[in-house]
Amino acid sequence: MDIIVCMKRVPDSAARIQIGGDGRSIDSAGLEHIISPYDEMALERALQIKEEQGGTVTVVCLGAAEAAKEIRQALAMGADQALHIKSDVGYRDPLTTARILADHLKGRTFDMLLFGKQSIDADNSAIGVMVATLLDLPAVSLVTKLDAADGKATVEREAEAGAEVIEVALPAVFTAQRGLAEPRYPSIKGIMQAKKKPIEEAQAPEEAALITLEALEPPPARTGGRIVGEGVEAVPELVRLLRSEAKVL
Amino acid sequence: MSYEAPDFYDLDHLLTEDERLIRDTVRDWVSEKIVPVIGDHYLKGTFPDDLIPEMAEMGLLGASIDGYGCPGLGPVAYGLILQELERGDSGVRSFVSVQGSLVMWPILAFGSEAQKERWLPAMHKGEAIGCFGLTEPDHGSDPGGMETKAVKKGDHYILNGAKMWITKGSVADVALVWARCDGKIRGFLVEKGTPGFSAPLMRKKFSLRASVTSELILQDVEVPEDNVLPGVEGLKGPLECLSQARYGIAWGACGAAMACFDEARRYTLSRTQFDRPLASFQLVQRKLAETLTEITKMQVLNLHLGRLKERDAGTSARVSMAKRNACGKALEIARTCRDMLGANGITAEYQVMRHMCNLESVNTYEGTHDIHTLMLGHEITGIQAFR
Repeated sequence: MDIIVCMKRVPDSAARIQIGGDGRSIDSAGLEHIISPYDEMALERALQIKEEQGGTVTVVCLGAAEAAKEIRQALAMGADQALHIKSDVGYRDPLTTARILADHLKGRTFDMLLFGKQSIDADNSAIGVMVATLLDLPAVSLVTKLDAADGKATVEREAEAGAEVIEVALPAVFTAQRGLAEPRYPSIKGIMQAKKKPIEEAQAPEEAALITLEALEPPPARTGGRIVGEGVEAVPELVRLLRSEAKVL
Repeated sequence: MSYEAPDFYDLDHLLTEDERLIRDTVRDWVSEKIVPVIGDHYLKGTFPDDLIPEMAEMGLLGASIDGYGCPGLGPVAYGLILQELERGDSGVRSFVSVQGSLVMWPILAFGSEAQKERWLPAMHKGEAIGCFGLTEPDHGSDPGGMETKAVKKGDHYILNGAKMWITKGSVADVALVWARCDGKIRGFLVEKGTPGFSAPLMRKKFSLRASVTSELILQDVEVPEDNVLPGVEGLKGPLECLSQARYGIAWGACGAAMACFDEARRYTLSRTQFDRPLASFQLVQRKLAETLTEITKMQVLNLHLGRLKERDAGTSARVSMAKRNACGKALEIARTCRDMLGANGITAEYQVMRHMCNLESVNTYEGTHDIHTLMLGHEITGIQAFR
């Protein structure tokens, strides 16, 4: 089973995000980055399938030169090889991103192409299914279970108040939802072997943007709370404010 | 709230990519697996045994051993692992130090091929646990005075004596016991379950509570000839093991100090007294400035010692300086940080008092602060003050 996993380098979810001087990018100075968690779950499941039935896992990452660190981590976890499509563009609309990925994936042979259901920075939830469309492949999103054998995959997919079980002929595209797999910690041996694994490099084209990002704004600063009274007597006023002012009741 | 490791002098840039990735992996693992549970283990006096397979899976046991299925990490990466583990708890780091530096390393350095084949892969996988028996009830800083004896009888030895303060003694599958035989100190691999060998738990500790500490009692224990470490005789055997372990302890103590500093910095920034954060007071700022300075000095010393070891220049005197400095200063830092947390600092809601209590042991074991002072004194003057 040959599996390709697309992964994105994103700011650490625990990091404090500062907006850059241009007002439309994130200040990356001192910012820790990670593999986007849903992509990491997809990678974990791919590695498990490889360990169960043999084959290869290739990671593909479209991102800055610094993403080499996250690619190395994916290789340390057990991926066999990587394709790093280098790009200095900070923001790119989903369709353009999907086209670049599809251009590089076209002509490669694989049984499964995995994505996280969304990146945790842009949160578009778009790339996986767009790439599937561009490659004319079936796609199942929000997958919580994935097994593959004999040229087809059986997957469970999150649905409103339940789960759908789907069978699909391979090759196919899947996007990972939480629950698919718990990512492993790389082992020391994995880390030491990672630097011997091949990373193929390519350059992303400079294309005209379909969407431009005009401005980024931090969420409004939280204002202090207000004490409306003490004891039981304060309850009516509190309820009134929750209803009329906060509009949560 | 995620841990922010102090690195004031940007020593990160002096690490290789592998070293950073190994450090970050262990750091994340400690945050996820050790920190949330270790306080309760400490209070109950238990070790998180369920985490041993995970540590083994990552390859942390005997990580510096080369061959026999072990990864053969360089000294800096090994030190970083221990720093991160002790950021969690000194007991967890002690287990890894004993397994790797005090049992696996001597088997590699002094053991027979059969001993290496038997123990090293199993210990790396966490399938076998080891302990190291040198200290005795009446011989701590003076191991040369040991009373445990081995007498050759046919194709085996008969061991008699007692060892004390033995990390993992009660659960270990193999104890490396040092005993006097015909006047010479030799190392014996004593297996769990050997008749006459018992390892009762030492209870009632105020320190290293999340760590198994035991006595080893040997009464007419028959040890086959094949279980003697053939490659070493004399006190230099155990002392060379200790030099390996002390190197790791220097890194570990630094990790505990880093945890205390991080907690104190956060706490003093968020805790308000007299309508302003504690961190705004000059006395508090002085404590933060001084603790960060000592941590930075310790980090530089440890890292450079690691680079010296890479070219076989990590002499035992140099190791003594780092061990003495890191443990003594980490203990002071932990006390200062405990003080900055006020009354909250004595509770198990915070880590600082656990680290502080642990560091009392870490400052004492594997050569007390005073003994390392005298080892440096010996190095400087050529005069041994403790003989």
